[in-house]
Amino acid sequence: MTSVLYDTPGPRAKARNIVYTVVFLAALIAVGWWAIAVMADKGQLDAAKWKPFVSDSRVWTTYLLPALGNTLKAAALALVLALPLGAVFGVARLSDHRWVRGPAAAVVEFFRAIPVLILMLFSNEFYATFTDISSDVRPLYAVVTGLVLYNASVLAEVVRAGILSLPKGQTEAAQAIGLRKGQTMTNILLPQAVTAMLPAIVSQLVVIVKDTALGGAMVGYAELLRSVRTMSGFYANIIPSFIVVAVMYVVLNFLLTSFAAWLGGRVQRGRRSSGKVLTAEQLEELESVGPEPVTDGKSDG
Amino acid sequence: MFDFLEGYDLLGAFWVTVQLTVYSAVGSLIWGTLLAGMRVSPVPLMRGFGSAYVNVVRNIPLTIIILFTAMGLADTFGVTMGAADDVKTRVFRLAVLGLVAYHAAFVCEALRSGINTVPVGQAEAARSLGLRFTQVLTLVILPQAFRSVVGPMANVLIALTKNTTVAAVIGVSEAALLMSEMIENEAELLLISAIFAFGFVCLTLPTGLILGWVSKRVAVKR
Amino acid sequence: MNLRKVTAASAVALTLALTATACGGDSDSGSGSGGGGKVTIGIKVDQPGLGQETPDGYKGFDIDVAKYVAKQLGYGESDITWKEAPSKERENLLRRGDVDFIVATYSITDQRKEKVSFAGPYFLAHQDLLIRTKDNIKSGDDLNKKKLCSVTGSTSAQNVKKKFAPDAQLQEYGGYSECLSGLESGAVDALTTDDSILAGYAAQQQYQGKFKLAGLNLSDEHYGIGIKKGDTELQGKINAALKKMVDDGSWEKAVKANFGPANYDFEPAPQITEQG
Repeated sequence: MTSVLYDTPGPRAKARNIVYTVVFLAALIAVGWWAIAVMADKGQLDAAKWKPFVSDSRVWTTYLLPALGNTLKAAALALVLALPLGAVFGVARLSDHRWVRGPAAAVVEFFRAIPVLILMLFSNEFYATFTDISSDVRPLYAVVTGLVLYNASVLAEVVRAGILSLPKGQTEAAQAIGLRKGQTMTNILLPQAVTAMLPAIVSQLVVIVKDTALGGAMVGYAELLRSVRTMSGFYANIIPSFIVVAVMYVVLNFLLTSFAAWLGGRVQRGRRSSGKVLTAEQLEELESVGPEPVTDGKSDG
Repeated sequence: MFDFLEGYDLLGAFWVTVQLTVYSAVGSLIWGTLLAGMRVSPVPLMRGFGSAYVNVVRNIPLTIIILFTAMGLADTFGVTMGAADDVKTRVFRLAVLGLVAYHAAFVCEALRSGINTVPVGQAEAARSLGLRFTQVLTLVILPQAFRSVVGPMANVLIALTKNTTVAAVIGVSEAALLMSEMIENEAELLLISAIFAFGFVCLTLPTGLILGWVSKRVAVKR
Repeated sequence: MNLRKVTAASAVALTLALTATACGGDSDSGSGSGGGGKVTIGIKVDQPGLGQETPDGYKGFDIDVAKYVAKQLGYGESDITWKEAPSKERENLLRRGDVDFIVATYSITDQRKEKVSFAGPYFLAHQDLLIRTKDNIKSGDDLNKKKLCSVTGSTSAQNVKKKFAPDAQLQEYGGYSECLSGLESGAVDALTTDDSILAGYAAQQQYQGKFKLAGLNLSDEHYGIGIKKGDTELQGKINAALKKMVDDGSWEKAVKANFGPANYDFEPAPQITEQG
């Protein structure tokens, strides 16, 4: 509770803080009350619109759970395909040869600069025009392709940062015992970098899960957000459906975030290697050209 | 070769994208700074609100947030953003609102990590001068924090530029909506995609380069 | 430190996921042959009254027609495989043989007849407006300055703007159901598309008494059953089935069951025109 930013509150500060708390609470309650009043007024709180979610388990088995499964499927496929691709490009960007480094950098920067939605729209139309993929799986292919192209380039940066975070002594020691460059990478650097990268990779999974919703809205993939339309077509409860689905996303992503944090702590505690553990935030800073992040246990309240 | 472009307002669509980006960037910066202020404030309720807001909003797909501004705020709550009779303006402003609500969470987190990089001595010195919390924050901490987070902020800005495409789901006539219309009606898929990809590279790459240069210039030397 | 186990487990999960999807891909290829005791029918899954997925299976007028036709062709209800046929995909699905026929608010047009053939028509719909019960819109002119809701890229809204109300404003969403909450609260004034689709929404229990059709008849839409181009044998069989459906009263029963609560002034069964 002590912070460097403010003194330990004395009697006057305590009184002032209580006033702030009351005013802020009043404002929050006013907004909340207004929201509930309007929703009740417009009939959005009618029991009929919410009841299906609690009383009718078939809502879940018919619409929500299959759709959640599709969301997870697309996200898992995208991560699984993007990882090796990202590793290849990340390592390629560290190559000693300019003709490998240059193109790899160009590809990575290009796909990081383009919106995922544009990539999805393109791949959907591309598969429709130039390939014979069945329309059943085409939206899935389009969504996964878009996600893979974008996330592979982000993960390439994760891998690169992970390898760069290892102390130089690792490479030098490997060279000293006569390992070749490829061996150094596969036997020494990558295994250590992977442990350091795990939390960042799980954080990236949150981004992927959120982006699958774009596929439902614009490409027609039958994922969680899309199920709102089918479901509310039958129950005529589009606003409640949206709220339920939003809560499902929050819970799912919160679990993933917590898992990433847990993994980060575990990796840090049990580490034998000498690299740093990368979190998503540190990663952003590694990517940017700014000063090295200094995160040494300073309190922020 | 480019005659299929006739009848499409390509520059107009990208102009809408730019406008969405600029308005949302300014809005997210302000709201995100306020949120960051709340997260480090002495009032526990504000800290709680700040972290709850960030953790919830970061975990919801932007698509849902944008759809909610239109279907929830405008259609249900009657918040028409001063444009009750002009649908085009209304969806534009709603999209900006949604983008601000979403990206402010990221601005807040970037800024908070920036506050962490300011040495403890700075805050202690400020307090020993008798400055209050708001003064410590606005006069001493934030100016230094901002200078150290130009890089992460640039990443948020680039993400924001790309995320403006999501506004297409409520019918804001920006680049992605035009692209989906064009690839449906015209045959030149590869060329159209290349044009839009090029457009976005033109928007995002200079942002990254310029702000990268700025971040080096303004970084606090320690 | 069990990271190695975690890695191994994720590798297993990865392989499983890949094989699972691969299998899923393979099993699709068997459909579309027809006559083998199974039939695949393309439908809509998110249009109440016409084709809507419900916890009790698919429901709606298109579904009833499809079931009747399938029965006349010798397939029981359990032999039918339903498949979603989004508007943009309908020609593709037929061309590739992914479905045997499509009953999904599929209007017969000359443009489409270049790519597919039709049987029927089995229903005559009109483009119309869905408005709040207390409002009145008698002609296209009344629509000027009003706010119109429609689906992104749909032709019906463009049609209204071009022909009747150049000053109308357009709110576009991904689906029709997104428009309804706005129509209910007054953020938009009308929703436009085929009257059969609109009647499906108006007939829903939760919306009864809130919305009505304006009855403008802005266009004629002859719904046909889409089949592979040039399949005159199937066309003849389906036409016979549709004729029987009208003659024995099942057609009217199906219309009333699905559109009844909307006070929808439906057209009598159209003459079958698609032959050879």
